[in-house]
Amino acid sequence: MTAVQAPAVPGGAAAVTPRAPRGRAWIVTVAVVAVLAAVPLFLAPFATTTLTRILVFALFAVSLDLLVGVTGLPSLGHAAYFGAGAYAAGWVSIHLTAQAPVPLLVGAGVGALAAALTGWIAVRSSGVFFLMLTLAIGEVVQQLGNTWESVTGGANGLTGIPSVRVAGAPLANAGFTYWYVLAVFLIGFALVWLVARSPFGAALRGIRDNEPRMRAIGYPTSLYKYAVFVLAGGVAGVAGSLLAAQARFVALPDMGFVTAAFALLAVVIGGAGSLWGACLGAALVILVRDALGPSLGGHGTLVLGAVFVLVVYLLPRGAAGVRLPRGRSS
Amino acid sequence: MLVSVLNGLAIGFLLFILAVGLSIVFGMMDVLNLAHGALFLGGAYLGAAFSGSWGGFLAALGIAAVGGLLAGAVLSLMTAPLRRRSHLDQALLTLGVAFVVAELLILAFGDDPLSAAAPPALDGSVTVLGAVYPTYRLVLIGVGAVLAVAVYLVVERTRVGALVRATVADRDMVAAIGIDNRLVTTAVFAVGSLLATTAGVLGGPIYGARPGLDATVLILALVVVVIGGLGSVRGALVGALIIGQVDTLGRMLLPELASFVLFAALALVLVLRPQGLFGGPAAVGAR
Repeated sequence: MTAVQAPAVPGGAAAVTPRAPRGRAWIVTVAVVAVLAAVPLFLAPFATTTLTRILVFALFAVSLDLLVGVTGLPSLGHAAYFGAGAYAAGWVSIHLTAQAPVPLLVGAGVGALAAALTGWIAVRSSGVFFLMLTLAIGEVVQQLGNTWESVTGGANGLTGIPSVRVAGAPLANAGFTYWYVLAVFLIGFALVWLVARSPFGAALRGIRDNEPRMRAIGYPTSLYKYAVFVLAGGVAGVAGSLLAAQARFVALPDMGFVTAAFALLAVVIGGAGSLWGACLGAALVILVRDALGPSLGGHGTLVLGAVFVLVVYLLPRGAAGVRLPRGRSS
Repeated sequence: MLVSVLNGLAIGFLLFILAVGLSIVFGMMDVLNLAHGALFLGGAYLGAAFSGSWGGFLAALGIAAVGGLLAGAVLSLMTAPLRRRSHLDQALLTLGVAFVVAELLILAFGDDPLSAAAPPALDGSVTVLGAVYPTYRLVLIGVGAVLAVAVYLVVERTRVGALVRATVADRDMVAAIGIDNRLVTTAVFAVGSLLATTAGVLGGPIYGARPGLDATVLILALVVVVIGGLGSVRGALVGALIIGQVDTLGRMLLPELASFVLFAALALVLVLRPQGLFGGPAAVGAR
């Protein structure tokens, strides 16, 4: 292992590539997908809907993990692109067509475009500075959503989004919506996984571990960071289009600070750099917020804040670090 | 126009009181305290709860000051064990704390926005050069200017301030000459938090107190700190006054695009001078 690949950050490079032998990893993957696909057949509609929400948020968290875990760019403004994709997909569904790939592609395009328009300033920095700048950018984008009432509905949110239509027929119930979301989630997850394993992904991990050295050996690191920022924005836009398809309602908080912070929490809980860990973290966040929250009088945020504090202290490498203890000698 | 400039000054000084603590704590300990906005909100709720009389206003200021000191000391102790880890972990910790504090405030004071009246005799308006202007904001400008001068003098002209600046410059060297820098950092964290809660009480009659205000003021403070340069009192002052003017002018001239004006100012400074107006050369890119 060369020095560039050696993870300097806890929850390092190896977390992305499964430790288990290849064959077993594939079997587990196929089994998980099979179980996920069969869920609507034996779960109640409410549970199916909750699981749909988890998948939407998980894809969003995975896109953020591409920035936080793989590239080492902690973003607190990623919800801006999630929300931009959701608004765009919703608007297209209402005004043009809800035919299947269209809202999805529009969401991806608008998410990537928003990231491209705002990302050039964020990628000039790194570390905590990146955190600050993305926070400011996210706020600006949310303000835009608030001001641009004719498109977004302002504070009332975007209502009346029709169901996504697949092959001419609308997705009639929670089960079909779930399958649609699951299919897109799997494609998005596979895409991010492939990117993380590609030479491009290796270069991104190199930037995370030692950006000056990557620059010294000839990588245009700013360009790489910009590219992954736009890509992550696009995937977040796809997740946003799924939100529009599932909730059929998009509101300002969906693109705001709290949503962005919850996504970061999901990534941190799961262990930055581990894509499946981000999915587990997303599941926990959604379960606490949407399933447990109402029974706590809507104060799920309190629980999540406490979880955040505990995770930072107790699980520096997240859930993935617990499952895969790394024998580090340093 | 004059009203706008005065508004900008009032908001600018308020932002300075808020941002200077954030800036010095970051410059000193590399801790980005994302709970700073929540501390402000705590002060704002206190101000709203006690508003209406001088006694209440002063009581709110006192409670906010003590609470801020304690909260800062606790935050400092909480982040201390993470010092050997990445600075991101410390920022995430304070983010978690911010959520908990903000939710507890909502539990205590309810979901509805509260407004805080200025203390009696300051809640009227006076005529300034032919324009009618709220008295409280004029007083706020005065108080803010006095506080700014006081903080500046303490940091730049006293022994304690020299110690603080030395700790910002090289923490280990300060420890090597026999000074317990944990005490210095805890004290600075406490005073920075005190300034944040105080700013909350002082800003109550302008901003009110509502859920979500913590994120709004946190972002304003971060923009101020980034523009001014981290760890610099002068930078925080200049940055705050600039942002106060830019924000107020933006809201008056281009109300639809006010947040973009803010963002444009930030982008402009970062493109021309990435380390901020008064930041050291190593600021950006450092972790």
